[in-house]
Amino acid sequence: MKIITIEHIAKIYQVGTEEVHALADVSLTIGKNEYVAIMGPSGSGKSTLMNILGCLDTPTKGIYDFNGVNVSEMNDNELAAIRNKEIGFVFQTFNLLPRSNALHNVELPLIYSGMPSAERKERAMEALINVGLENRVYHRPNELSGGQRQRVAIARALVTRPSIILADEPTGNLDTKTGEEIMVLFNEIYEAGNTIILVTHEEYIAEHAERIIRLRDGLVEKNEIVENRFIPQKRESH
Amino acid sequence: MKNFLYELKESLLISLYAIRANKVRSMLTTLGIIIGVTSVVLMSTAIKGIDNAFQKGVSSLGSDNLYIDKWAWFNNDIPWWEMRNRKNLDMDDFKKYEDLAKLPAAVAPTIWTNKKIKFKERNVEGIMISGTTYNYINTTNLSFESGRFFNDFESRGARNVAVIGFTVAKQLFPLGNGLGQEIKIGDVKFKVVGVLDEQGSWVMGNFNPDNQVFIPIDCVFKYFQGERMRSITINVRAPNSTSVEAVKEEAIGIMRRVRGLSYAEDNDFSINQQEGLLTTINQTIGVIQIAGLFITGLALFVGAIGIMNIMFVSVKERTREIGVRKAIGAKNRTILTQFIMEAAIICLIGGMIGLGIAVTLSMIVNQYLPTAVQADAVILAVVISLLTGILSGFAPAYTASKLDPVEALRYE
Repeated sequence: MKIITIEHIAKIYQVGTEEVHALADVSLTIGKNEYVAIMGPSGSGKSTLMNILGCLDTPTKGIYDFNGVNVSEMNDNELAAIRNKEIGFVFQTFNLLPRSNALHNVELPLIYSGMPSAERKERAMEALINVGLENRVYHRPNELSGGQRQRVAIARALVTRPSIILADEPTGNLDTKTGEEIMVLFNEIYEAGNTIILVTHEEYIAEHAERIIRLRDGLVEKNEIVENRFIPQKRESH
Repeated sequence: MKNFLYELKESLLISLYAIRANKVRSMLTTLGIIIGVTSVVLMSTAIKGIDNAFQKGVSSLGSDNLYIDKWAWFNNDIPWWEMRNRKNLDMDDFKKYEDLAKLPAAVAPTIWTNKKIKFKERNVEGIMISGTTYNYINTTNLSFESGRFFNDFESRGARNVAVIGFTVAKQLFPLGNGLGQEIKIGDVKFKVVGVLDEQGSWVMGNFNPDNQVFIPIDCVFKYFQGERMRSITINVRAPNSTSVEAVKEEAIGIMRRVRGLSYAEDNDFSINQQEGLLTTINQTIGVIQIAGLFITGLALFVGAIGIMNIMFVSVKERTREIGVRKAIGAKNRTILTQFIMEAAIICLIGGMIGLGIAVTLSMIVNQYLPTAVQADAVILAVVISLLTGILSGFAPAYTASKLDPVEALRYE
């Protein structure tokens, strides 16, 4: 079952008098419960593709079909609703609200979807427990380590039970060991039946995925299945 | 509707959260509004206070009273030289009027002069001496601390008796009651037969009975000035306020006859009323009000600009936060509401503090000048501060709501 189908998508920016083709012509599909990595050097159009996949931006040309809905021509508010319900974002820099505690950060998407307070708190709590932060619920981001912050961000992405998780360099700001722990978490999420799109420029991170889509100069260079996907193991807890 | 309320409630919570998170900045922002609201409330209560004082002062003239005088007190339609050339009103005029007038409840002539008053070694300069008849008391609402007004007998016989106002009594007899004492007005001895209660307000100045001494009118003519030297004023009291107009009409008719005016001639006297004074006062207060509100409005405006400024900075500073909120599903409208709400709450808090300061200050000022804080000041403060918040928060909030999430997330 396909969640995402994009056909001949292009994104053209006007920079001064020059037209920049960030994406020239990209077509791809992503199915349910897939684990896909999008790779490419800087300038390859990777970020632009991610923004379009994440409904933060609309393509200049082409069709983007999300769960059978054409989102390429939606307005701001409709896109906001799709982002809220269908997409969970995980960013390189975590992007938590600095002055709010973990619980409030995780609750936020549910506030925007209009869920009553009690139910919301329960769901957020549950999401925090799932990422192993039951002891850090009332801590603010600056009282948490990088790995813990990213876990809060992942809990926030999962709390709405979205169709896809969109992770942009989720280990980019973490040391190798913490990064590995996060990749373990992603693997668990994937094995629980979620769809993950991972944007990265690091080969060994991309190899956690089932499939790697390589971009270059706004075009899909390769779309390859990973033969021996790297399955990270949970370390001994310490 | 339910959805809207939910959103309103949630943005209220988010705004409160944001305000608490930025305490110092929020406080500094509030300062402008505190000053603005304080000055608006203070100004409006001061104006109310002055107005009340005037109304009270004016009502001491009595709403049922008419004053027949050579001069029009409040009316500027008649040129002053014309009034100056009018014949003086004298006691003959008064007596004829008193005989002919059927409608008034009481009539009394008055004449004023300025004299030094002495009690033993104590001197009070420049006291307004009112010469009048016993009937004067019936044209006023004066009440007595002790004693009485001089009677018909003393009045007609031009006995040396005096009734002294509250303030005069305090000055002459700081330690005790002056009743029965002998005082000297100019060089003439008078016996104090009555001391008045505190009556009026500072508004009436020397015409406030508190600052006056009353003696029989013939004493004035006998000791202080010739009978025809100055014009007298005739105090007329109507039986009730509905008959004031009739009394006035009658007075005009009688006075024209007394003064021997032909049909072609204009009145050579004026009938003065509290109403005329009220009009003048209301005009003056109106001007003060407009000027005051304009100045304080300016203070508020500066405060509003401050809020707008800070909100713009705040939007800039929180661009990334706005990006995150949008990425996880905040609609444009949600962001707009959040920021407007933030500005409104900051202003409302400022307004409440400002109101508190204004009330405290006006209580202090009240010791020296009359002020009046009323319930409508509270409403005024709330409405003004909320309105300021919403108006000054709108532009920054709109900017925030229109931010492109991609750009905002990338913002450093």
